[in-house]
Amino acid sequence: MRAALGAGALVTAAVAAAALLSLIWTPHDVTSLDVAARMATPSGTHWLGTDHLGRDMASMLMAGARTSIAVALVAVGIGTLLGVPLGLWAAAHRGGWLDEVIMRGNDLIFAFPSLVIAILITAVFGPGAVNAIIAIGIFNVPVFARVARGGALPLWTLDYVMAARVAGKGAFLISAQHILPNVASLLIVQATIQFSLGILAEAALSYVGLGAQPPVPSWGRMLADSQTMIYSAPRLAILPGLAIVVTVLGLNLLGDGLRDWLDPRLRRARA
Amino acid sequence: MTAAWSLAARDLSVAIHGTPILRGVSFALPQGRILGLVGESGSGKSMTALACMGLLPRGAAATGTITAGPRDLTALSERGWLDVRGAEIGMIFQEPTTALNPVHTIGAQVAEGLRLRGTPRADANAVARDRLDRVGLSRVPLDRYPHELSGGQRQRVCIAMAIARRPRLLIADEPTTALDVTTQATILDLLRGLVADEGMALLLITHDLGVVAGMADDVAVMKDGAIVEAGPAPDVFRTAAHPYTRDLLAASRPAPRAPRAVPRDEPVLTARDVIRRYGALTAVDGVDLTLHRGESLGLVGESGCGKSTLTRALLGLEPVQGGAITLCGRPGGTAMTRADRARLSVVFQDPYGSFDPRWTVARLVAEPFHLTGRPRDWRDRVAASLDAVGLERDAMDRYPHQFSGGQRQRIAIARALVTEPDVVVLDEAVSALDVRVRARVLALLDDLQDRLGLSYLFISHDLTVVRAICDRVLVMRAGRIVERGGTEAVFARPRHDYTRALIAAAPRIPAEWVP
Repeated sequence: MRAALGAGALVTAAVAAAALLSLIWTPHDVTSLDVAARMATPSGTHWLGTDHLGRDMASMLMAGARTSIAVALVAVGIGTLLGVPLGLWAAAHRGGWLDEVIMRGNDLIFAFPSLVIAILITAVFGPGAVNAIIAIGIFNVPVFARVARGGALPLWTLDYVMAARVAGKGAFLISAQHILPNVASLLIVQATIQFSLGILAEAALSYVGLGAQPPVPSWGRMLADSQTMIYSAPRLAILPGLAIVVTVLGLNLLGDGLRDWLDPRLRRARA
Repeated sequence: MTAAWSLAARDLSVAIHGTPILRGVSFALPQGRILGLVGESGSGKSMTALACMGLLPRGAAATGTITAGPRDLTALSERGWLDVRGAEIGMIFQEPTTALNPVHTIGAQVAEGLRLRGTPRADANAVARDRLDRVGLSRVPLDRYPHELSGGQRQRVCIAMAIARRPRLLIADEPTTALDVTTQATILDLLRGLVADEGMALLLITHDLGVVAGMADDVAVMKDGAIVEAGPAPDVFRTAAHPYTRDLLAASRPAPRAPRAVPRDEPVLTARDVIRRYGALTAVDGVDLTLHRGESLGLVGESGCGKSTLTRALLGLEPVQGGAITLCGRPGGTAMTRADRARLSVVFQDPYGSFDPRWTVARLVAEPFHLTGRPRDWRDRVAASLDAVGLERDAMDRYPHQFSGGQRQRIAIARALVTEPDVVVLDEAVSALDVRVRARVLALLDDLQDRLGLSYLFISHDLTVVRAICDRVLVMRAGRIVERGGTEAVFARPRHDYTRALIAAAPRIPAEWVP
């Protein structure tokens, strides 16, 4: 259990560090084409070789991590900032019409296949990282709303919430002071899972050309670009694919580990 | 049936991850007898039962021996236990709601143990029918689900499950603690009848000395994982050789409150003809009550009688559909202003659910200041409030999980006192506490009333406690007050049949057993 948490945290930290480092330094400029050195195999100058336009693969992967993390992070942020208050609001009015409206609205969003709608949004508003973020973010909202509401409902029946009501606190203050801190562990775990799904979604959208646009590097588009060369230079497809797999795996391990670590019942069982 | 069958534990010790839980427990329980195992929470009585069922938690290491008849249970493998559980030893638990699976019919659950042993369905169902008849559910069909039954009926189903394979021993772990007092009396009757008719042995685990006195042939008193005193029930009660037994006995029988001359000239909380409806259900049906300054008023009733609903209405948490509530002569209930609300506070039952686990004690106790605005010297006021309930100032920066149940209840009282209210509503405030802790909290409440001139509305199902602390008492049933009067008058000469039934059903230690 501890090992999963450690491995997940390590992988996530490494990917995040690579993305941050790419802001100030990459081994080579990712926008410079060097056609003479195209399809170079790994060497001292190009650690992981170059692609079909002569761009350095190591630099592309680092910068691609930046795109993936930025898109997924903002998408999760949108989901949290809209979804959590909606869920807490619904829980405060549990059983009432407001609860119905919010949760049925959530169901409506859930009813659509998320990637298809994301493709629709980018098709209408044009492809690009910002539209990808909005598209992915919208589908995070009902997830967080449900988790927040589900975690809040049992808390509302507890005596300390009753005590807060006797102390004259309204639904807003109780939600902010008592409910939110006590569902935070659930939300943190959900956020890591949504984060990995966001990275997958960004890669998928970029793969079909609807994510970040050239020359901004993206793992998904690196995959798309290299698929015609999969037999002549499998390295070009394997490296970004591996980056996606390892990052998602790391985030899922981190999420699982955090859930066990933050759950006091499991913590007591371990002690 | 061999007459020699008995359950015997010899020098049984259990440690969990190296922490000793049971220390050298020995007892013998022959068929046809009832052994009462009494003690406070954490004394090891449940762990003893689990050891007899081979259900010790992970990480537990047991030494000593347990034998059931000729069979040595100590070295039994998990497979071996399967022949013991259900067949030789049956068990029932405290909470019948969670002990039954909500998605299976009661018939299937009673028959399950037989079906697992290869009994054909028709035969198993016939046995289930017979067992349910035996526990007094002859008019309840097998295809009912647990949620269609009352709490008492569910506990009867649990008993039917436990005796489905006619075990020689029944272990009952707090079998009536979750039930109303009149239901408790019928369940105890049933258990007594089973022992007499079927020659079973019964290991009755309870914190309630009154229940033990009415049921057990033999008593063993447990403390800190060891049996400190054991013997035939009348002897243990009469001699009470161990100081701990004496403490328990004294705390179990708090003295009735001496009649006091409380001037009844200043009503602080009144309700006139209060009605609360939920759709077609009238939960509170025209209740009148008056609480005077410095007085303790008891509100007694069983679950579902409407006392909790009435409490929420008085606290202004729920609207009423009729009648009027006043607090200190001003409009009460939902019409209270913030300043008025600060004159009314509440202590809840559950010392574990009453506090947000992520808040410090200082912040928790100061929460009612939300009504009045937090004064500059709020930390001193919190400290003063904690001091009033006998807690040190250094409790302020700790978290609720660092305190025991009794200390938490003191913190809850401190929170109720911090705004210097006139009225404190005590909603089953001592029901979840061990008897000795309960006695100390009751003494504290008494003392606070004297010093601060508080008025208490004391809501409880426990007649002993009400008798110990209340000047007057109201008996509530089905949303109505059926009897009211001075506590001693009501207990000595109950006029309403329901009050008589309640008092008769309350388990008590026979007067001649008391030293």
